[in-house]
Amino acid sequence: MKELLEGRVWCLGDELDTDQLIAGKYLTIIDPQELKKHVLENVDPRFSREARPGDILIGGENFGCGSSREHAPQALKAVGLAAVVANSFARIFYRNSINIGLPAIEVPGVRSLFRPEDIARIDLPGGRIQNVTTGEETRFPPLPDHILGILRAGGLVEKVRQELRGASTSPREGLA
Amino acid sequence: MSTRSLADAAHETNTEAPSHGQTLAQKILARVSGVDAPVPGQIVEGAVDLAMGHEQAAQAVLPFHQMEAPRIWDPSRVVIAIDHWVPASTEGAAKLHQILRHFAAEEGITNFYDVGRHGICHQVLAEDGWVVPGDLCVGTDSHTNMLGAMGAFAVGIGPTEFAAVLATGRIWLKVPPTIRVEVEGTLGKGVYAKDLILRIIREVRCDGARYKAVEFQGPTISRLSMSERFTLCNMTTEMGAKAGMVAPDATTREFLQPIAKHPMHPLTPDADASYERTISLDVDGMEPQVACPYSPDNVRPMSEIVKEHVKVNQVFLGSCTNSRMDDLRIAARIFRGEKVHPGVRFIVSPASTAIYRQCLKEGLVDLFTEGGAVFTNSSCSACFGGNMGILAPDEACASSSNRNFPGRMGAKEARIYLMSPAAVALTAIRGEISDPREVLP
Ligand code: SF4
Repeated sequence: MKELLEGRVWCLGDELDTDQLIAGKYLTIIDPQELKKHVLENVDPRFSREARPGDILIGGENFGCGSSREHAPQALKAVGLAAVVANSFARIFYRNSINIGLPAIEVPGVRSLFRPEDIARIDLPGGRIQNVTTGEETRFPPLPDHILGILRAGGLVEKVRQELRGASTSPREGLA
Repeated sequence: MSTRSLADAAHETNTEAPSHGQTLAQKILARVSGVDAPVPGQIVEGAVDLAMGHEQAAQAVLPFHQMEAPRIWDPSRVVIAIDHWVPASTEGAAKLHQILRHFAAEEGITNFYDVGRHGICHQVLAEDGWVVPGDLCVGTDSHTNMLGAMGAFAVGIGPTEFAAVLATGRIWLKVPPTIRVEVEGTLGKGVYAKDLILRIIREVRCDGARYKAVEFQGPTISRLSMSERFTLCNMTTEMGAKAGMVAPDATTREFLQPIAKHPMHPLTPDADASYERTISLDVDGMEPQVACPYSPDNVRPMSEIVKEHVKVNQVFLGSCTNSRMDDLRIAARIFRGEKVHPGVRFIVSPASTAIYRQCLKEGLVDLFTEGGAVFTNSSCSACFGGNMGILAPDEACASSSNRNFPGRMGAKEARIYLMSPAAVALTAIRGEISDPREVLP
């Protein structure tokens, strides 16, 4: 996991639910590369065509609410997003993102700092996010250790695999 | 506007003085983690009592193998229930089912509710006693909260996390603070548990219970049947809650005694438990409620909606929220001898095969289909816009389900109104959203 991130931002609104991220009709698709073609298609059709690896998504309140579909963060990860940042996240979306190794960062009030196409710089361990375009900056509580542990392992799969092998140095961190 | 007077009906008190008492969520998490007195915010690791997977669990198979676990932790504690596309309606769904059948066979998961035994996952778990008081239950569906009505901590997770539970039997959880919802008064004629939960969601809003548990208490809750408690806990998901629960009592015991699959740990909250917030609600005189597009918290009293003469194209009586026997009987009482309004499609989908068969015995299938309704097999049906009963862009639907976000039942412009089964039935007859109090004796 990269801990210093910099990328172009895409901005979304409040209460963006997982049905809008990936519609119910695509839920039988498993391949993330296929899924990413439909991500946000009802909200911003440009996103699936133009988003590039390293871009950063900025959401409002309760981002990812609604259905528990992991398809939603899977599709965003397949796009290659460096991180999803939002004022606040819905619980399952948040856990799903972390579990698949996509940094989800909760920063109260972050949405109002950014406009589409601005450049964001994020210092994950430092708990700092800057709008490089405007110079504005805000801080956030650094991610708890067990969450950083999952992200550093590259997701829950790798984390559990290491732990089952007894290879982990701190088995109590994260999901044993 | 009459929303004022309704808003007065609910009032809120802030956190009481800190105490050492434990909420139901804390009690259960203490039991499953072995941590003595876990406090909100603390991360604990709990032993899972029951893990439920539906079609989404097919996505857990690859990560499970990548985790290189030799076997699943305990096949007797895993239930697979396919429900979204039953029988498979697309090639994609057929493949998901196939993946799960192979996986279940390989791993010795015999608790597989396949086509023929099918039903909505939460309902079959409830009916067959898979979740009991004190349990930690996880499921690959966001409405797993429903099982909290058993006095359990039941929480939705994604497939990667499900894979980790299959591999280890354990899950980490942040101990949530709890919102107490205390209800007194009597639900009046034409007013149901669905109206109560919609009313509460209006108060708490869609994200008001994020990362939190919700505990329902009070004399009104004590009198509710298990089916009604399921409806309440089901829609705590629409407040963003991690879990919704009702402490076990005689009703819970009576329901579970003949069917419980494992021993109960009937934990109850301490009298001096400390709650983050208490919402008190007196339901005397409360009218039916409707959640309007495009959010479950956009709730308004029925009397306002009726004045607007909202025409609908489709009516859906189904979903894990409201398609149990009591729901279908209430709707049948209103629909008996009537016809579906011209130009309206009325879809009735029972929550499980057991309920389907009971409907046959009681003549409900005849009653609904004689009046022009479609009576489908038990599944999620039209609830999620991916299988059947899909809405066109300029259509409106009255539904007994739990979500009305844009695109939930098809086109993103389609409007979905959430209400009780009784309101849904009368709306099917009249073709516009109608108040069941008008026809109930
Ligand atoms: S009935 Fe609807 S809400 Fe319930 S599990 Fe099925 S899709 Fe989800």
